[in-house]
Amino acid sequence: MAWLRRHLVIIVGLLVMLYILAPNFVVIAFSFNNPAGRFNYQWNQFSFDAWTNVCGVPGMCDSLGLSLQIGIIASLTAAVLGTMVAFALGRYRFRARAGTNLLIFLPMATPEVVMGSSLLTLFIAMGIPTGRTTILIAHIMFCLSFVIVTVKARVASLDPRLEQAASDLYANEVQTFLKVTFPLVAPGIAAGTLLAFSLSFDDFIITNFNASPSSVTFPMYVWGAAQRGTPVQINVIGTIMFLGALAIVVIGQVLNSRRSRQIV
Amino acid sequence: MAVSTLAGAPPAPQPPQPEEGKRPRRRGAYVPYLLLLPGMLWLVVFFLVPMLSLASQSLQTGDVDNGYALTFNFATYADALSTYWPQLLRSLIYAATATVATLALGFPLAWFIAHRSGRYKNFLLVLVIAPFFTSFLIRTLAWQTILGDTGLLAQFTAFTHTDFLLSGFKSLLRTFGLISNDQLLFSPFAVICGLTYNFLPFMVLPLYANLERLDQRLVEAAGDLYASPVQAFRRVIWPLSLPGVVAGTLLTFIPATGDYINSVLLGSTQTTMIGQVIDAQFLRVLDYPTAAALSFILLLLIVAFVVTYVRRAGTEELV
Repeated sequence: MAWLRRHLVIIVGLLVMLYILAPNFVVIAFSFNNPAGRFNYQWNQFSFDAWTNVCGVPGMCDSLGLSLQIGIIASLTAAVLGTMVAFALGRYRFRARAGTNLLIFLPMATPEVVMGSSLLTLFIAMGIPTGRTTILIAHIMFCLSFVIVTVKARVASLDPRLEQAASDLYANEVQTFLKVTFPLVAPGIAAGTLLAFSLSFDDFIITNFNASPSSVTFPMYVWGAAQRGTPVQINVIGTIMFLGALAIVVIGQVLNSRRSRQIV
Repeated sequence: MAVSTLAGAPPAPQPPQPEEGKRPRRRGAYVPYLLLLPGMLWLVVFFLVPMLSLASQSLQTGDVDNGYALTFNFATYADALSTYWPQLLRSLIYAATATVATLALGFPLAWFIAHRSGRYKNFLLVLVIAPFFTSFLIRTLAWQTILGDTGLLAQFTAFTHTDFLLSGFKSLLRTFGLISNDQLLFSPFAVICGLTYNFLPFMVLPLYANLERLDQRLVEAAGDLYASPVQAFRRVIWPLSLPGVVAGTLLTFIPATGDYINSVLLGSTQTTMIGQVIDAQFLRVLDYPTAAALSFILLLLIVAFVVTYVRRAGTEELV
Protein backbone atom coordinates (compact mmCIF):
# COMPACT_ATOMS: atom_id res chain seq x y z
CA MET A 1 0.00 0.00 0.00
CA ALA A 2 2.81 2.35 0.91
CA TRP A 3 4.55 1.27 -2.28
CA LEU A 4 1.40 2.07 -4.25
CA ARG A 5 1.13 5.50 -2.67
CA ARG A 6 4.76 6.34 -3.36
CA HIS A 7 4.52 5.23 -6.98
CA LEU A 8 1.01 6.50 -7.66
CA VAL A 9 2.24 9.44 -9.75
CA ILE A 10 4.39 7.15 -11.88
CA ILE A 11 1.58 4.64 -12.43
CA VAL A 12 -0.95 7.32 -13.35
CA GLY A 13 1.64 9.06 -15.53
CA LEU A 14 2.37 5.87 -17.46
CA LEU A 15 -1.35 5.15 -17.89
CA VAL A 16 -1.89 8.65 -19.30
CA MET A 17 1.11 8.05 -21.56
CA LEU A 18 -0.62 4.90 -22.81
CA TYR A 19 -3.77 6.92 -23.50
CA ILE A 20 -1.69 9.38 -25.53
CA LEU A 21 0.12 6.72 -27.53
CA ALA A 22 -2.52 3.98 -27.94
CA PRO A 23 -4.01 5.42 -31.17
CA ASN A 24 -0.54 5.59 -32.74
CA PHE A 25 0.01 1.90 -32.00
CA VAL A 26 -3.38 1.15 -33.54
CA VAL A 27 -2.50 3.17 -36.66
CA ILE A 28 0.77 1.28 -37.06
CA ALA A 29 -0.74 -2.16 -36.40
CA PHE A 30 -3.68 -1.59 -38.74
CA SER A 31 -1.37 -0.59 -41.59
CA PHE A 32 -0.72 -4.35 -41.83
CA ASN A 33 -4.38 -5.24 -41.88
CA ASN A 34 -6.33 -6.72 -44.76
CA PRO A 35 -9.80 -5.48 -43.84
CA ALA A 36 -12.91 -7.45 -44.71
CA GLY A 37 -15.00 -4.46 -45.80
CA ARG A 38 -14.44 -0.93 -46.96
CA PHE A 39 -13.51 0.32 -43.50
CA ASN A 40 -10.24 -0.50 -41.80
CA TYR A 41 -11.59 -0.54 -38.23
CA GLN A 42 -11.67 -4.28 -37.53
CA TRP A 43 -8.72 -6.63 -37.59
CA ASN A 44 -9.09 -9.28 -40.28
CA GLN A 45 -5.77 -10.72 -41.40
CA PHE A 46 -2.11 -9.76 -41.66
CA SER A 47 -1.01 -8.34 -44.98
CA PHE A 48 1.78 -6.28 -46.56
CA ASP A 49 -0.48 -5.23 -49.45
CA ALA A 50 -0.88 -1.60 -48.41
CA TRP A 51 2.85 -1.18 -47.85
CA THR A 52 3.81 -2.58 -51.26
CA ASN A 53 1.14 -0.54 -53.02
CA VAL A 54 1.04 2.78 -51.18
CA CYS A 55 -0.31 4.86 -54.05
CA GLY A 56 -2.76 2.16 -55.06
CA VAL A 57 -5.83 4.14 -54.03
CA PRO A 58 -6.93 6.86 -56.45
CA GLY A 59 -6.31 10.43 -55.35
CA MET A 60 -4.47 9.75 -52.11
CA CYS A 61 -0.93 10.37 -53.31
CA ASP A 62 -2.04 13.46 -55.23
CA SER A 63 -3.52 14.88 -52.04
CA LEU A 64 -0.34 13.94 -50.22
CA GLY A 65 1.73 15.80 -52.80
CA LEU A 66 -0.46 18.88 -52.47
CA SER A 67 -0.17 18.80 -48.69
CA LEU A 68 3.61 18.48 -48.87
CA GLN A 69 3.82 21.34 -51.35
CA ILE A 70 1.58 23.62 -49.31
CA GLY A 71 3.32 22.61 -46.07
CA ILE A 72 6.78 23.41 -47.42
CA ILE A 73 5.86 26.77 -48.99
CA ALA A 74 3.73 27.85 -46.02
CA SER A 75 6.26 26.86 -43.36
CA LEU A 76 9.20 28.49 -45.18
CA THR A 77 7.28 31.72 -45.78
CA ALA A 78 6.06 31.79 -42.20
CA ALA A 79 9.63 31.09 -41.04
CA VAL A 80 11.04 34.10 -42.89
CA LEU A 81 8.27 36.52 -41.90
CA GLY A 82 8.09 35.15 -38.36
CA THR A 83 11.83 35.32 -37.75
CA MET A 84 11.85 38.98 -38.78
CA VAL A 85 9.04 39.74 -36.34
CA ALA A 86 10.72 37.71 -33.60
CA PHE A 87 13.94 39.74 -33.99
CA ALA A 88 12.01 42.99 -33.89
CA LEU A 89 10.29 41.88 -30.68
CA GLY A 90 13.40 40.44 -29.08
CA ARG A 91 15.86 43.19 -30.00
CA TYR A 92 14.13 46.50 -30.35
CA ARG A 93 12.00 48.87 -28.43
CA PHE A 94 9.15 50.33 -30.44
CA ARG A 95 5.72 51.73 -30.00
CA ALA A 96 2.64 49.54 -30.26
CA ARG A 97 4.50 46.65 -28.67
CA ALA A 98 1.47 45.54 -26.66
CA GLY A 99 -0.70 45.75 -29.77
CA THR A 100 1.81 43.66 -31.73
CA ASN A 101 1.90 41.02 -29.02
CA LEU A 102 -1.88 40.93 -28.97
CA LEU A 103 -2.07 40.54 -32.76
CA ILE A 104 0.36 37.62 -32.54
CA PHE A 105 -1.52 36.02 -29.67
CA LEU A 106 -5.02 36.35 -31.15
CA PRO A 107 -4.71 33.79 -33.99
CA MET A 108 -3.56 31.20 -31.46
CA ALA A 109 -6.57 32.02 -29.27
CA THR A 110 -9.17 31.89 -32.02
CA PRO A 111 -11.00 28.67 -32.83
CA GLU A 112 -10.03 27.33 -36.23
CA VAL A 113 -13.61 27.31 -37.40
CA VAL A 114 -13.82 31.08 -36.84
CA MET A 115 -10.53 31.77 -38.66
CA GLY A 116 -11.45 29.49 -41.55
CA SER A 117 -14.96 30.86 -41.98
CA SER A 118 -13.93 34.52 -41.62
CA LEU A 119 -11.26 34.11 -44.30
CA LEU A 120 -13.86 32.49 -46.51
CA THR A 121 -16.16 35.52 -46.11
CA LEU A 122 -13.25 37.75 -47.14
CA PHE A 123 -12.56 35.66 -50.23
CA ILE A 124 -16.26 35.61 -51.08
CA ALA A 125 -16.54 39.37 -50.64
CA MET A 126 -13.48 39.98 -52.81
CA GLY A 127 -14.64 37.48 -55.40
CA ILE A 128 -11.47 35.41 -55.05
CA PRO A 129 -12.03 31.76 -55.99
CA THR A 130 -10.87 29.31 -53.33
CA GLY A 131 -8.13 26.82 -54.14
CA ARG A 132 -4.45 26.20 -53.67
CA THR A 133 -3.56 29.90 -53.25
CA THR A 134 -6.23 30.59 -50.64
CA ILE A 135 -5.14 27.51 -48.68
CA LEU A 136 -1.56 28.80 -48.75
CA ILE A 137 -2.62 32.27 -47.56
CA ALA A 138 -4.56 30.73 -44.67
CA HIS A 139 -1.75 28.38 -43.68
CA ILE A 140 0.89 31.11 -43.63
CA MET A 141 -1.48 33.17 -41.47
CA PHE A 142 -2.00 30.59 -38.74
CA CYS A 143 1.61 29.33 -38.84
CA LEU A 144 3.09 32.80 -38.34
CA SER A 145 2.23 33.18 -34.66
CA PHE A 146 3.70 29.81 -33.76
CA VAL A 147 6.96 30.57 -35.57
CA ILE A 148 7.19 33.98 -33.90
CA VAL A 149 6.67 32.54 -30.42
CA THR A 150 9.24 29.77 -30.97
CA VAL A 151 11.95 31.99 -32.48
CA LYS A 152 11.29 34.83 -30.03
CA ALA A 153 11.98 32.49 -27.10
CA ARG A 154 15.31 31.60 -28.68
CA VAL A 155 16.24 35.24 -29.39
CA ALA A 156 15.34 36.21 -25.84
CA SER A 157 17.54 33.48 -24.37
CA LEU A 158 20.59 34.62 -26.38
CA ASP A 159 23.45 35.89 -24.29
CA PRO A 160 23.98 39.50 -25.49
CA ARG A 161 27.63 39.28 -24.43
CA LEU A 162 28.35 36.89 -27.30
CA GLU A 163 27.42 39.54 -29.83
CA GLN A 164 29.31 42.18 -27.87
CA ALA A 165 32.34 39.91 -27.94
CA ALA A 166 32.01 39.59 -31.73
CA SER A 167 31.93 43.34 -32.20
CA ASP A 168 34.81 43.75 -29.74
CA LEU A 169 36.72 41.44 -32.06
CA TYR A 170 36.08 43.89 -34.92
CA ALA A 171 33.27 41.98 -36.56
CA ASN A 172 30.90 44.34 -38.31
CA GLU A 173 27.15 44.13 -37.97
CA VAL A 174 26.69 41.78 -40.91
CA GLN A 175 29.52 39.49 -39.81
CA THR A 176 28.21 39.42 -36.26
CA PHE A 177 24.77 38.47 -37.50
CA LEU A 178 25.97 35.78 -39.92
CA LYS A 179 28.66 34.23 -37.72
CA VAL A 180 27.23 34.62 -34.22
CA THR A 181 23.60 35.59 -34.01
CA PHE A 182 22.13 33.50 -36.80
CA PRO A 183 23.84 30.20 -35.91
CA LEU A 184 22.70 30.64 -32.31
CA VAL A 185 19.10 31.37 -33.29
CA ALA A 186 19.02 28.76 -36.08
CA PRO A 187 17.80 25.86 -33.89
CA GLY A 188 14.84 28.00 -32.86
CA ILE A 189 14.07 28.85 -36.47
CA ALA A 190 14.37 25.18 -37.43
CA ALA A 191 12.02 24.18 -34.60
CA GLY A 192 9.55 26.88 -35.58
CA THR A 193 9.64 25.84 -39.23
CA LEU A 194 9.08 22.19 -38.37
CA LEU A 195 6.22 23.14 -36.08
CA ALA A 196 4.71 25.26 -38.85
CA PHE A 197 5.08 22.43 -41.33
CA SER A 198 3.36 19.93 -39.08
CA LEU A 199 0.55 22.40 -38.33
CA SER A 200 0.07 23.10 -42.01
CA PHE A 201 0.31 19.46 -43.04
CA ASP A 202 -2.20 18.40 -40.40
CA ASP A 203 -4.74 21.18 -40.73
CA PHE A 204 -8.23 20.22 -41.70
CA ILE A 205 -10.78 22.78 -40.48
CA ILE A 206 -9.28 26.00 -41.88
CA THR A 207 -8.25 24.23 -45.08
CA ASN A 208 -11.70 22.78 -45.60
CA PHE A 209 -13.23 26.26 -45.60
CA ASN A 210 -10.76 27.66 -48.10
CA ALA A 211 -10.29 24.75 -50.49
CA SER A 212 -12.01 23.79 -53.70
CA PRO A 213 -12.95 20.34 -55.01
CA SER A 214 -9.82 20.43 -57.18
CA SER A 215 -7.47 21.21 -54.25
CA VAL A 216 -7.85 18.27 -51.88
CA THR A 217 -5.18 18.09 -49.19
CA PHE A 218 -4.29 14.87 -47.37
CA PRO A 219 -6.41 15.61 -44.26
CA MET A 220 -9.34 16.44 -46.55
CA TYR A 221 -8.79 13.13 -48.32
CA VAL A 222 -8.84 11.28 -44.99
CA TRP A 223 -12.01 13.16 -44.00
CA GLY A 224 -13.69 12.07 -47.20
CA ALA A 225 -12.42 8.52 -46.74
CA ALA A 226 -13.96 8.39 -43.26
CA GLN A 227 -17.33 8.72 -44.97
CA ARG A 228 -16.71 6.51 -48.02
CA GLY A 229 -14.40 3.84 -46.66
CA THR A 230 -10.90 4.05 -45.25
CA PRO A 231 -8.12 2.50 -47.35
CA VAL A 232 -5.32 0.83 -45.39
CA GLN A 233 -2.86 3.08 -47.23
CA ILE A 234 -3.94 5.96 -44.96
CA ASN A 235 -2.45 4.05 -42.04
CA VAL A 236 0.75 3.42 -44.01
CA ILE A 237 1.14 7.18 -44.54
CA GLY A 238 0.36 7.78 -40.86
CA THR A 239 3.01 5.24 -39.84
CA ILE A 240 5.63 6.68 -42.19
CA MET A 241 4.94 10.21 -40.89
CA PHE A 242 5.17 9.06 -37.28
CA LEU A 243 8.43 7.13 -37.70
CA GLY A 244 9.95 9.78 -39.97
CA ALA A 245 9.23 12.58 -37.52
CA LEU A 246 10.54 10.49 -34.62
CA ALA A 247 13.74 9.96 -36.61
CA ILE A 248 14.08 13.71 -37.19
CA VAL A 249 13.64 14.39 -33.48
CA VAL A 250 16.17 11.73 -32.50
CA ILE A 251 18.71 13.04 -35.02
CA GLY A 252 18.11 16.56 -33.76
CA GLN A 253 18.66 15.46 -30.17
CA VAL A 254 21.86 13.65 -31.06
CA LEU A 255 23.20 16.66 -32.99
CA ASN A 256 22.23 18.92 -30.14
CA SER A 257 23.93 16.87 -27.45
CA ARG A 258 27.03 16.45 -29.61
CA ARG A 259 27.22 20.21 -30.13
CA SER A 260 26.73 21.01 -26.47
CA ARG A 261 29.46 18.49 -25.65
CA GLN A 262 31.76 20.29 -28.07
CA ILE A 263 31.05 23.64 -26.44
CA VAL A 264 31.67 22.25 -22.97
CA MET B 1 18.95 42.00 -18.55
CA ALA B 2 19.13 44.42 -15.64
CA VAL B 3 22.44 42.98 -14.53
CA SER B 4 24.09 43.43 -17.91
CA THR B 5 22.89 47.03 -18.22
CA LEU B 6 24.24 47.74 -14.76
CA ALA B 7 27.54 46.10 -15.57
CA GLY B 8 27.83 48.14 -18.74
CA ALA B 9 26.88 51.37 -17.00
CA PRO B 10 30.25 53.00 -16.33
CA PRO B 11 31.21 54.24 -19.81
CA ALA B 12 34.61 52.77 -20.53
CA PRO B 13 36.92 55.18 -22.38
CA GLN B 14 36.82 53.92 -25.92
CA PRO B 15 38.93 54.88 -28.88
CA PRO B 16 36.84 56.89 -31.32
CA GLN B 17 35.61 54.22 -33.67
CA PRO B 18 32.26 53.86 -35.36
CA GLU B 19 29.79 52.38 -32.95
CA GLU B 20 28.70 49.32 -34.78
CA GLY B 21 26.21 46.69 -33.84
CA LYS B 22 25.87 47.93 -30.32
CA ARG B 23 23.05 50.40 -30.45
CA PRO B 24 20.95 49.80 -33.53
CA ARG B 25 17.96 51.33 -31.84
CA ARG B 26 19.45 54.80 -31.73
CA ARG B 27 20.56 54.90 -35.34
CA GLY B 28 17.76 53.22 -37.22
CA ALA B 29 14.50 53.73 -35.39
CA TYR B 30 12.75 52.44 -38.50
CA VAL B 31 14.49 49.02 -38.42
CA PRO B 32 12.01 47.27 -36.09
CA TYR B 33 9.10 48.55 -38.13
CA LEU B 34 10.64 47.20 -41.33
CA LEU B 35 11.11 43.83 -39.65
CA LEU B 36 7.57 43.82 -38.36
CA LEU B 37 5.88 45.08 -41.48
CA PRO B 38 5.48 41.99 -43.71
CA GLY B 39 4.46 39.59 -40.94
CA MET B 40 2.13 41.99 -39.22
CA LEU B 41 0.62 43.08 -42.52
CA TRP B 42 -0.13 39.45 -43.26
CA LEU B 43 -1.90 39.05 -39.91
CA VAL B 44 -3.84 42.29 -40.37
CA VAL B 45 -4.99 41.48 -43.89
CA PHE B 46 -5.69 37.78 -43.43
CA PHE B 47 -6.71 37.67 -39.78
CA LEU B 48 -8.12 41.02 -38.63
CA VAL B 49 -9.78 42.14 -41.88
CA PRO B 50 -11.56 38.77 -42.24
CA MET B 51 -13.03 39.28 -38.77
CA LEU B 52 -14.56 42.56 -40.02
CA SER B 53 -15.70 40.83 -43.15
CA LEU B 54 -17.27 38.10 -40.98
CA ALA B 55 -19.11 40.70 -38.90
CA SER B 56 -20.29 42.42 -42.07
CA GLN B 57 -21.42 39.16 -43.66
CA SER B 58 -23.47 38.30 -40.58
CA LEU B 59 -25.45 41.55 -40.93
CA GLN B 60 -26.19 41.19 -44.62
CA THR B 61 -29.31 39.92 -46.32
CA GLY B 62 -29.61 38.30 -49.68
CA ASP B 63 -28.70 34.96 -51.18
CA VAL B 64 -25.86 33.36 -53.08
CA ASP B 65 -27.42 33.81 -56.52
CA ASN B 66 -28.53 37.43 -56.24
CA GLY B 67 -25.75 38.74 -54.04
CA TYR B 68 -25.79 40.26 -50.58
CA ALA B 69 -26.41 43.77 -49.26
CA LEU B 70 -25.43 45.12 -45.86
CA THR B 71 -28.74 45.82 -44.12
CA PHE B 72 -27.67 45.56 -40.48
CA ASN B 73 -30.11 42.73 -40.07
CA PHE B 74 -29.54 41.83 -36.42
CA ALA B 75 -32.47 39.44 -36.60
CA THR B 76 -30.03 36.87 -38.06
CA TYR B 77 -28.34 36.71 -34.66
CA ALA B 78 -31.63 36.18 -32.83
CA ASP B 79 -32.69 33.50 -35.31
CA ALA B 80 -29.32 31.77 -35.24
CA LEU B 81 -29.24 31.75 -31.44
CA SER B 82 -32.80 30.52 -31.03
CA THR B 83 -32.22 27.71 -33.54
CA TYR B 84 -28.72 26.62 -32.61
CA TRP B 85 -28.34 27.38 -28.91
CA PRO B 86 -28.37 23.67 -28.02
CA GLN B 87 -25.32 23.02 -30.24
CA LEU B 88 -23.60 26.10 -28.87
CA LEU B 89 -24.24 25.12 -25.27
CA ARG B 90 -23.21 21.53 -26.00
CA SER B 91 -19.92 22.73 -27.48
CA LEU B 92 -19.15 24.74 -24.35
CA ILE B 93 -20.07 21.83 -22.06
CA TYR B 94 -18.08 19.26 -24.03
CA ALA B 95 -15.07 21.58 -24.27
CA ALA B 96 -15.22 22.42 -20.55
CA THR B 97 -15.51 18.73 -19.62
CA ALA B 98 -12.63 17.83 -21.91
CA THR B 99 -10.54 20.66 -20.42
CA VAL B 100 -11.14 19.43 -16.89
CA ALA B 101 -10.29 15.90 -18.04
CA THR B 102 -7.04 17.03 -19.70
CA LEU B 103 -6.12 18.86 -16.50
CA ALA B 104 -6.89 15.83 -14.33
CA LEU B 105 -4.88 13.54 -16.61
CA GLY B 106 -2.21 16.03 -17.61
CA PHE B 107 -1.23 17.17 -14.15
CA PRO B 108 0.02 13.78 -12.88
CA LEU B 109 1.78 13.17 -16.19
CA ALA B 110 3.45 16.60 -16.19
CA TRP B 111 4.52 16.12 -12.57
CA PHE B 112 5.82 12.65 -13.34
CA ILE B 113 7.87 13.92 -16.30
CA ALA B 114 9.14 16.98 -14.46
CA HIS B 115 10.17 15.38 -11.18
CA ARG B 116 10.09 11.60 -11.28
CA SER B 117 11.30 10.53 -14.71
CA GLY B 118 15.04 10.98 -14.14
CA ARG B 119 17.07 10.44 -17.26
CA TYR B 120 14.02 9.50 -19.33
CA LYS B 121 12.73 13.06 -19.18
CA ASN B 122 13.55 14.06 -22.77
CA PHE B 123 12.41 10.71 -24.09
CA LEU B 124 9.03 11.09 -22.40
CA LEU B 125 8.65 14.65 -23.66
CA VAL B 126 9.24 13.43 -27.20
CA LEU B 127 6.61 10.73 -26.68
CA VAL B 128 4.10 13.36 -25.51
CA ILE B 129 4.45 15.31 -28.74
CA ALA B 130 5.01 12.22 -30.91
CA PRO B 131 1.29 11.76 -31.66
CA PHE B 132 1.33 15.16 -33.38
CA PHE B 133 3.47 13.62 -36.06
CA THR B 134 0.62 11.48 -37.35
CA SER B 135 -2.31 13.28 -38.92
CA PHE B 136 -4.82 13.76 -36.13
CA LEU B 137 -7.72 12.70 -38.33
CA ILE B 138 -6.09 9.29 -38.67
CA ARG B 139 -5.54 9.12 -34.93
CA THR B 140 -9.11 10.12 -34.21
CA LEU B 141 -10.30 7.36 -36.54
CA ALA B 142 -8.16 4.94 -34.52
CA TRP B 143 -10.51 5.57 -31.58
CA GLN B 144 -13.25 3.91 -33.60
CA THR B 145 -11.09 0.80 -33.60
CA ILE B 146 -10.46 1.08 -29.87
CA LEU B 147 -13.94 1.96 -28.63
CA GLY B 148 -16.07 -0.06 -31.06
CA ASP B 149 -18.47 -2.75 -29.79
CA THR B 150 -16.03 -5.48 -30.75
CA GLY B 151 -13.12 -3.07 -30.59
CA LEU B 152 -9.75 -3.40 -28.93
CA LEU B 153 -10.95 -2.25 -25.50
CA ALA B 154 -13.76 -4.81 -25.46
CA GLN B 155 -11.43 -7.55 -26.74
CA PHE B 156 -8.74 -6.64 -24.22
CA THR B 157 -11.12 -6.72 -21.25
CA ALA B 158 -12.63 -10.00 -22.46
CA PHE B 159 -9.16 -11.51 -22.90
CA THR B 160 -7.99 -10.45 -19.43
CA HIS B 161 -11.36 -11.29 -17.82
CA THR B 162 -11.83 -7.70 -16.69
CA ASP B 163 -15.14 -7.21 -18.51
CA PHE B 164 -16.68 -6.36 -15.15
CA LEU B 165 -14.50 -3.22 -15.02
CA LEU B 166 -15.69 -2.19 -18.46
CA SER B 167 -19.37 -2.77 -17.68
CA GLY B 168 -18.94 -0.93 -14.37
CA PHE B 169 -17.38 1.96 -16.26
CA LYS B 170 -20.25 1.88 -18.73
CA SER B 171 -22.92 2.03 -16.04
CA LEU B 172 -21.03 4.95 -14.48
CA LEU B 173 -21.10 6.73 -17.86
CA ARG B 174 -24.80 5.92 -18.20
CA THR B 175 -25.61 7.56 -14.87
CA PHE B 176 -23.94 10.74 -16.12
CA GLY B 177 -25.78 10.45 -19.43
CA LEU B 178 -22.54 10.17 -21.35
CA ILE B 179 -23.69 7.02 -23.14
CA SER B 180 -27.30 6.06 -23.79
CA ASN B 181 -27.12 2.30 -24.36
CA ASP B 182 -24.35 -0.26 -24.20
CA GLN B 183 -22.36 1.43 -26.96
CA LEU B 184 -19.24 3.46 -26.15
CA LEU B 185 -18.76 4.74 -29.67
CA PHE B 186 -20.95 7.45 -31.23
CA SER B 187 -21.82 8.89 -27.82
CA PRO B 188 -21.03 12.08 -25.85
CA PHE B 189 -18.44 10.00 -24.02
CA ALA B 190 -16.62 9.12 -27.25
CA VAL B 191 -16.60 12.78 -28.36
CA ILE B 192 -15.26 14.02 -25.02
CA CYS B 193 -12.74 11.17 -24.95
CA GLY B 194 -11.54 12.21 -28.40
CA LEU B 195 -11.36 15.89 -27.48
CA THR B 196 -9.44 15.06 -24.31
CA TYR B 197 -7.07 12.86 -26.25
CA ASN B 198 -6.48 15.41 -29.01
CA PHE B 199 -5.75 18.35 -26.72
CA LEU B 200 -3.95 16.58 -23.88
CA PRO B 201 -0.45 17.53 -25.13
CA PHE B 202 -1.55 21.19 -25.18
CA MET B 203 -2.22 20.88 -21.45
CA VAL B 204 0.79 18.73 -20.56
CA LEU B 205 3.46 20.92 -22.20
CA PRO B 206 2.69 24.26 -20.46
CA LEU B 207 2.09 22.41 -17.19
CA TYR B 208 5.42 20.64 -17.55
CA ALA B 209 7.23 23.93 -18.30
CA ASN B 210 5.70 25.35 -15.16
CA LEU B 211 6.11 22.38 -12.82
CA GLU B 212 9.71 21.84 -13.85
CA ARG B 213 10.61 25.22 -12.37
CA LEU B 214 8.72 24.49 -9.17
CA ASP B 215 11.17 24.18 -6.31
CA GLN B 216 10.73 20.71 -4.80
CA ARG B 217 12.03 21.99 -1.48
CA LEU B 218 8.84 24.00 -1.04
CA VAL B 219 6.86 20.77 -1.11
CA GLU B 220 9.28 19.20 1.35
CA ALA B 221 8.98 22.27 3.58
CA ALA B 222 5.19 21.88 3.54
CA GLY B 223 5.64 18.27 4.62
CA ASP B 224 8.06 19.29 7.37
CA LEU B 225 5.40 21.67 8.64
CA TYR B 226 2.99 18.74 8.99
CA ALA B 227 0.97 19.41 5.85
CA SER B 228 -0.65 16.27 4.49
CA PRO B 229 0.02 15.51 0.82
CA VAL B 230 -3.44 16.87 0.00
CA GLN B 231 -2.77 20.09 1.91
CA ALA B 232 0.66 20.44 0.30
CA PHE B 233 -0.98 20.12 -3.07
CA ARG B 234 -3.74 22.62 -2.33
CA ARG B 235 -1.64 25.22 -0.53
CA VAL B 236 1.73 24.96 -2.31
CA ILE B 237 1.78 23.06 -5.59
CA TRP B 238 -1.55 24.22 -7.03
CA PRO B 239 -1.10 27.99 -6.45
CA LEU B 240 2.44 27.87 -7.88
CA SER B 241 1.33 25.94 -10.94
CA LEU B 242 -1.53 28.32 -11.77
CA PRO B 243 0.27 30.06 -14.69
CA GLY B 244 0.77 26.68 -16.36
CA VAL B 245 -2.82 25.72 -15.62
CA VAL B 246 -4.11 28.98 -17.12
CA ALA B 247 -2.01 28.56 -20.29
CA GLY B 248 -2.99 24.90 -20.65
CA THR B 249 -6.66 25.66 -20.09
CA LEU B 250 -6.64 28.33 -22.81
CA LEU B 251 -4.81 26.08 -25.27
CA THR B 252 -7.29 23.28 -24.64
CA PHE B 253 -10.65 24.97 -24.16
CA ILE B 254 -10.45 27.37 -27.13
CA PRO B 255 -9.71 24.88 -29.90
CA ALA B 256 -11.96 22.26 -28.28
CA THR B 257 -14.98 24.59 -28.41
CA GLY B 258 -14.66 25.11 -32.15
CA ASP B 259 -13.64 21.55 -32.98
CA TYR B 260 -16.04 19.34 -34.86
CA ILE B 261 -13.77 16.58 -36.09
CA ASN B 262 -14.29 14.54 -32.94
CA SER B 263 -18.03 15.06 -32.88
CA VAL B 264 -18.36 14.01 -36.53
CA LEU B 265 -16.01 11.02 -36.44
CA LEU B 266 -16.81 9.72 -32.94
CA GLY B 267 -20.26 11.16 -32.25
CA SER B 268 -23.79 10.90 -33.55
CA THR B 269 -26.52 13.31 -34.61
CA GLN B 270 -27.13 13.81 -30.89
CA THR B 271 -23.62 15.20 -30.32
CA THR B 272 -23.52 17.92 -33.01
CA MET B 273 -21.23 20.76 -32.01
CA ILE B 274 -21.34 24.37 -33.16
CA GLY B 275 -18.39 24.05 -35.54
CA GLN B 276 -20.29 21.39 -37.45
CA VAL B 277 -23.25 23.76 -37.83
CA ILE B 278 -21.02 26.61 -39.05
CA ASP B 279 -19.31 24.29 -41.51
CA ALA B 280 -22.60 22.99 -42.87
CA GLN B 281 -24.20 26.44 -43.13
CA PHE B 282 -21.19 27.83 -44.97
CA LEU B 283 -20.32 24.98 -47.28
CA ARG B 284 -23.52 23.03 -47.85
CA VAL B 285 -26.60 25.11 -46.93
CA LEU B 286 -24.85 28.25 -48.26
CA ASP B 287 -26.65 30.44 -45.71
CA TYR B 288 -23.70 32.77 -45.26
CA PRO B 289 -25.32 35.31 -42.87
CA THR B 290 -26.43 32.64 -40.38
CA ALA B 291 -23.08 30.88 -40.60
CA ALA B 292 -21.22 34.16 -40.11
CA ALA B 293 -23.44 35.12 -37.18
CA LEU B 294 -22.80 31.79 -35.46
CA SER B 295 -19.09 32.09 -36.10
CA PHE B 296 -19.08 35.61 -34.69
CA ILE B 297 -21.03 34.54 -31.60
CA LEU B 298 -18.46 31.81 -31.01
CA LEU B 299 -15.67 34.35 -31.42
CA LEU B 300 -17.29 36.75 -28.93
CA LEU B 301 -17.74 33.96 -26.37
CA ILE B 302 -14.09 32.97 -26.72
CA VAL B 303 -12.87 36.58 -26.55
CA ALA B 304 -14.88 37.13 -23.37
CA PHE B 305 -13.33 33.99 -21.92
CA VAL B 306 -9.78 34.90 -22.99
CA VAL B 307 -10.00 38.50 -21.73
CA THR B 308 -10.95 37.27 -18.27
CA TYR B 309 -7.98 34.95 -18.31
CA VAL B 310 -5.43 37.30 -19.87
CA ARG B 311 -6.23 39.95 -17.26
CA ARG B 312 -4.83 37.50 -14.76
CA ALA B 313 -1.88 36.18 -16.76
CA GLY B 314 -0.72 39.08 -18.99
CA THR B 315 -0.11 38.84 -22.73
CA GLU B 316 3.67 38.94 -22.57
CA GLU B 317 3.69 35.78 -20.51
CA LEU B 318 1.39 33.96 -22.91
CA VAL B 319 3.13 35.02 -26.11
